[in-house]
Amino acid sequence: MTRSVILFVGVIAAVLMSYTGLSLLPGLQLFDIEATPGTTDYTFEEARGREVYIRDGCIYCHTQQIRPENFGADIARGWAPRPTKAGDYIHDDPHLLGTSRTGPDLSDIASRQPSWDWHMAHFYNPRAVSPGSVMPAYPFYFDVIEPGAVLASQRTVPLPAEFAPPDGKVVVAKEDVENLYAYLMALRVEPLDAAE
Amino acid sequence: MVYSSLIIIVMVLLAGMAISVFILMWSDKRGQYRNVKAGAYVIFDEDEPVGEPQDQTFAKVPPPGGDGGGVPRRSAFGPSSYPEPPPGWRADVDRSVKWPVLAYVGSAVFWLLVGSIFALLASFKFNYPDWLVEDAWLTFGRLRPAHLQTVIFGWLSMVGIGVGTWLWCRLLKTPLRNGGLMLVGCVLWNVGMVIGTIGLLAGFARSIEWVEFPVVAYLIIIAAFLLNNVAFFRTLAHRRVQHLYVSIWYIGASLLWTPILLVTFLLPVYSGVPHATANWWFAHNILGLWLTPAALAAAYYFIPKVTGRPVYSYHLSIIGFWTLALFYNWAGAHHLVGGPPPQWVVTTGIVFSVMMIIPVVVVALNHHMTIVGRFRRVIASPTLRFVVFGAMSYTSVSIQGSLQSLRGWQEVTHFTHYTIAHSHLGVYAFATMIMFGALYYILPRLTGWEWRSSKLIAAHFWLVGMGIGAYVVALTAGGIIQGFAMLNPNVPFLNVVESTKLWLYIRSVSGTLMTLGHFIFAYLVFENIRKGGPQRDAPTLFPLARKRPAVSP
Repeated sequence: MTRSVILFVGVIAAVLMSYTGLSLLPGLQLFDIEATPGTTDYTFEEARGREVYIRDGCIYCHTQQIRPENFGADIARGWAPRPTKAGDYIHDDPHLLGTSRTGPDLSDIASRQPSWDWHMAHFYNPRAVSPGSVMPAYPFYFDVIEPGAVLASQRTVPLPAEFAPPDGKVVVAKEDVENLYAYLMALRVEPLDAAE
Repeated sequence: MVYSSLIIIVMVLLAGMAISVFILMWSDKRGQYRNVKAGAYVIFDEDEPVGEPQDQTFAKVPPPGGDGGGVPRRSAFGPSSYPEPPPGWRADVDRSVKWPVLAYVGSAVFWLLVGSIFALLASFKFNYPDWLVEDAWLTFGRLRPAHLQTVIFGWLSMVGIGVGTWLWCRLLKTPLRNGGLMLVGCVLWNVGMVIGTIGLLAGFARSIEWVEFPVVAYLIIIAAFLLNNVAFFRTLAHRRVQHLYVSIWYIGASLLWTPILLVTFLLPVYSGVPHATANWWFAHNILGLWLTPAALAAAYYFIPKVTGRPVYSYHLSIIGFWTLALFYNWAGAHHLVGGPPPQWVVTTGIVFSVMMIIPVVVVALNHHMTIVGRFRRVIASPTLRFVVFGAMSYTSVSIQGSLQSLRGWQEVTHFTHYTIAHSHLGVYAFATMIMFGALYYILPRLTGWEWRSSKLIAAHFWLVGMGIGAYVVALTAGGIIQGFAMLNPNVPFLNVVESTKLWLYIRSVSGTLMTLGHFIFAYLVFENIRKGGPQRDAPTLFPLARKRPAVSP
């Protein structure tokens, strides 16, 4: 090759073709799909919680995608009643499909584990409810205060004695983790009719 | 409405392919591909003839005969409209690129250290999940993207630009134009990196894999990129060679590809599933169209140069380049196997991933046949050791990539630590090792000072070599075990987690070895730039080369 222009026009054409194919075409194909039944836009609180999920990188260990029945054991594990479809994600910007399952999939966590107590104890220290977990603890989501200082609007996080803070102090959730919990409770995969 | 747009786009695609085929036929007819073999010889001349290994920085013994070792005459490419480079052009060219290259390389090494520390913190957090949990900015979910972004956009991108600048000017045989713009670009790039890293750790991360920095950081980096491109393409306009060596194609193409990738993916037009397909189109292409071409360009120069033997088949290198350019950028969708995107998108990704076997085998064959019979040089030369290690890793990581894109393989390994092993085999064992090798060759030529100590170079090589080896083996094994455990619904999830712990410990240990190696390397670079240590008049080769004559003249 002695002509640089030919070379460079060729390589730009190559990359623009794949951009069209892999980025624009799927967008056009899915442009007017409808939300699957049960999928609603996030409330203000849920959207705030989603920002915490994004900010603190939950995506690096948790997926939000359920594989088909004959591919992997997602459904057999009871992670969701059906594989997820494009219509489940139409309110997701950015997408949070994830690529790693160091922790379990969260597409349907609201059905699997709705307990506020469990989630708060788990965020405060995952080992408190999931022995052997490698998930980091998130003590910065909580305030550790005197029992007398708990406001009427606040709930204390129930913890096993060995994980509870010393000196009889109690653990209360900050706003971030309340929002995060609200977001997790919006993660639900509704079963579809047999016709689907 | 959607279907009519689909039809339009498909027609554009078909027209694009038709144009590409037409251009290929036209260039063949116009003789763009004639005398292909001669292209392999353009990196040799009277000063650096065929048959003479070029690890010597200072020992400038004129070769006997002085006929250039059978270099084909320039007329091999038809009448030339480009001026001849004057004698001693190498020194001029090296002088012109010195500060831009040192600025980029120095910054890159800084980001390598920063990225390694992020990596170590993130890795040890798997082993000690209650360690350093009080501060939000030290949580795993922020350190991990900080590691990825600093090593990709800090270390590898910046060292790629440094090495690319040197190769670009040396292969065009002309001094760098607008070097000042590159220095400004380097400062801007660092500003972008600092804003991005701090922003990410401070809670402005975006959780879009491979583009986790706040958007403003990328805007600054794109501006820096375009400034660099002005320098690159102004230099190209002043080239003093007729034939563009294959390394130039790779570097030039990646300089055009990367801003397109960044700009198109940062457009705020994606959401939901199409965002995911665009995400993996982008992320895989940063590997395939930015890091890979830079590393291959270096391998295509240094392997023939240090062995003193032209590339085995220049024909193959042309096929390798064009198949990479046409196939690699379609492969990214294999990251979504089993996910919610339309099946045709995923299948397209798999098909092109498997087709990548062609460029990979071609490049592997070419490099292997160039080096075969010269393995003594590989042992003696720091540059060649690292570059050959990298080139061999390229073959393994790519063949592995082609196979693992298949659905049956993905069913086991997707979502596991296996993927992390694969990505480090590519980004580290391939791209990073080649960059280390390239710097061992380039820096002494810019600073006029040899490396301080061959023992430290050897320590660097063995620490990172064994580190990455253990890393890949451990996480591959651990990932496969994790994958099979996850496929069995009767294994409780916490038992799956338990099965990975041993391998994650080994990962932390191997990461520590690699980080130690990086600190040694940083020390060597620092000493080289400040001209520390003894003054040498011979190259810093490994002891073997000192005991026996390396090559007969």
